[in-house]
Amino acid sequence: MRRWFSHTSAAPPGCVEGTAAGGRRPRAVATVGLATGAEHPREAPLSIHDMTVAYQQRPVLWDVDYDAPEGSLVGIVGPNGAGKSTLLKAVLDLVPKASGRVMFYGQPYRRQRALVGYVPQRESIDWDFPVSALDVVLMGRYGRIGWFRPVTRAHRLAALDALARVGLADLARRQISQLSGGQQQRVFLARALAQEARVYLMDEPLASVDATTERTIIAILRELRDEGRTVLVVHHDLQTVPEYFDHVLLLNTRVVAHGPTARTFTAENLRKTYGGRLTLLEEAAHALAQRGGGAPA
Amino acid sequence: MSGLLALSWQRMDTEIVVIAALGAVACALLGNFLVLRRMSLLGDAISHAVLPGLAAAFLLTGSRDSLPMLIGAAIVGVATAVLSEWIHRAGKVDPGAAMGIVFATLFALGLILIRRAADHVDIDPDCVLYGAIELAPLYREQVLGVELPRAAIVLGAVLLIDAAAVLLLYKELKISTFDPALATTQGIPAAAMHYLLTALVAITTVAAFESVGSILVIAMLIVPPAAAYLLTDRLGVMIVLSLVIAALSALGGHAGALVVPGWLGFAGVSTYSASMMAVCAGGLFALAALLGPRHGVLSKLAGRLALARGIAREDALLLLYRLEEAGAAPPASPAAMLRARHGIGPLAAHLALVQLRMRGLVRPGEGRLRLTPSGRTAAAELLRAHRLWETYLDQHLDVPRDHLHRPAERLEHVTDAGLRGRLAADLGHPAQDPQGKPIPVSGRPDAP
Ligand SMILES: Nc1ncnc2c1ncn2[C@@H]1O[C@H](COP(=O)(O)OP(=O)(O)OP(=O)(O)O)[C@@H](O)[C@H]1O
Ligand SMILES: [Mg+2]
Repeated sequence: MRRWFSHTSAAPPGCVEGTAAGGRRPRAVATVGLATGAEHPREAPLSIHDMTVAYQQRPVLWDVDYDAPEGSLVGIVGPNGAGKSTLLKAVLDLVPKASGRVMFYGQPYRRQRALVGYVPQRESIDWDFPVSALDVVLMGRYGRIGWFRPVTRAHRLAALDALARVGLADLARRQISQLSGGQQQRVFLARALAQEARVYLMDEPLASVDATTERTIIAILRELRDEGRTVLVVHHDLQTVPEYFDHVLLLNTRVVAHGPTARTFTAENLRKTYGGRLTLLEEAAHALAQRGGGAPA
Repeated sequence: MSGLLALSWQRMDTEIVVIAALGAVACALLGNFLVLRRMSLLGDAISHAVLPGLAAAFLLTGSRDSLPMLIGAAIVGVATAVLSEWIHRAGKVDPGAAMGIVFATLFALGLILIRRAADHVDIDPDCVLYGAIELAPLYREQVLGVELPRAAIVLGAVLLIDAAAVLLLYKELKISTFDPALATTQGIPAAAMHYLLTALVAITTVAAFESVGSILVIAMLIVPPAAAYLLTDRLGVMIVLSLVIAALSALGGHAGALVVPGWLGFAGVSTYSASMMAVCAGGLFALAALLGPRHGVLSKLAGRLALARGIAREDALLLLYRLEEAGAAPPASPAAMLRARHGIGPLAAHLALVQLRMRGLVRPGEGRLRLTPSGRTAAAELLRAHRLWETYLDQHLDVPRDHLHRPAERLEHVTDAGLRGRLAADLGHPAQDPQGKPIPVSGRPDAP
């Protein structure tokens, strides 16, 4: 645990600048400290109240109520078409909400943008766009840099640092289509890291990556959590849910269940979430039995 | 020919080129973002759709001053973008079709308005569509005591506006083009950037319309950026290259318009310079498509040929080495043997042997080609790779003994020293291949 805090204090030059930029939002900084032992209860990093989202009249999410606990690694789980991606997009104002309220640390999203990082599902990207891996990671800092201002050396260093953290320092100059699928995924993770957000929303960052990359990514997600950040991850592999996440949000149009994995990720709840898909269920039940439902390491 | 061109070149020709280059560069600058948004059509659509804006501005003010025209164009340009977006969303029509609906309707409306206006004064639809760049230097105005062509002043101002917008908002334009969702989450409204770009495209098209004509405008919005896209994979470089290509097209196009009719035997007839400039840009695009480092057809071909030559060289080395190993005399015609054994054509075989000689790997002696000591070392490494692979395929993949040779032959050409070392270690440093032939020991001092 101590290691992560030392990482935070030995911040790269970019991080120092980041903190200075964050100072433009005194409210945000005041409510969001890195220390976790607060004396008074604070606002949840993400609080969704009564949210309904519809595409052309058809509700895709219905009455979603959810508070994410601070400093947790949350798995968002549900079948294809359950509305997981839509949940993230609606929370980020990327698709309109039919009703409901979303707060980040007690403030609406538009006032807390700098605190929220997003890793989209991979297919929405034009891979032939003339940018390098480093360019893409730098884009994670544009919000911090501010309008009209050029990218400075400090930001470049911070972006390189984020790339190094995901093990891609050597490929910084590569055009993004010349990276493997797993490397592309890590570039997007690095972009989120470069943003130095407090809450991360990631849409299937582990889709189509090999076992090694998956371990790297999970290790980084745990680092983020141990630094006191809150990380919500859409995840498809039920086998690994108990190992990776300390909280789960089971979703199928409605919130089926949420809470600590050991208590919530049960065969019963999974049946409710997935309907009759027994093969998946059996896999998960097997995984559960193996782990004995303990807290994640 | 160039002498003739130099003789007939006048101050007016320079002015035409400068005016065209200003317009072309302004269009190409914005075109980069359109091409990358896969919205090349937007330029075309707007350049037609703004027609009613121009006509309305004319009918309202009764003059052909640039400022009202540009304002009318900007308004209609943004309206085109907003309307297309709305039709796309509300009508569930795909974005291209939505744009088509809007611009066709607006263009038709513009034609009607222009006809009406033309009853009063001379607005020539042909002139609006095709421009008359040959005439542009005739309309002149005083600026700060200097008399300049009006078109140069207007296009220069528009280029300044475009350049300032792109320089100031470079990273905002970049991020909202690449990833609108990310831009929005970073507090950069991608939709607003889109409308800004549209407004700039509208102003630029209209300013360029009058003097250089819409054919050139549409060509310059698309062709130089598309050509630059083939030449680089950095956005900044792509933009600079597109500007260079646009300016070169202006110069080359006008020069072409002066000399090409002469070649074709129409002495004294001038083709439209604007059309020649568009053709010139097309030619530069074709060059980029052929020669581009990554996507170029010729570059790819050259890469494949280089690979084939490398393989032919290695085959020749191995052939000589195997003959030596078998105690046979060097062949009288190695080229013929290469053809017989590896299907290498006579020319390619000859080239491979010449290259081996130039690299000092083979040397003629007593009328035959023989391996030099360094050639022998190189060949031994290749044979080592070949026989290690045969052993590997035999041990690990159970490939039948009589099918080992061909796959090993493919693999030997792509096996470097590191891989050879790992193969040998994996197999426990065998001394012989499955057929009992000796595996040459690596000559590298750092080998296991
Ligand atoms: N732009 C859209 N317009 C209309 N319907 C949509 C749109 N995007 C998603 N949907 C529908 O909304 C539902 C939820 O989609 P969403 O992408 O949120 O699912 P998901 O849980 O992320 O699924 P997956 O596991 O496949 O990624 C699906 O039924 C989908 O068809
Ligand atoms: Mg999804």
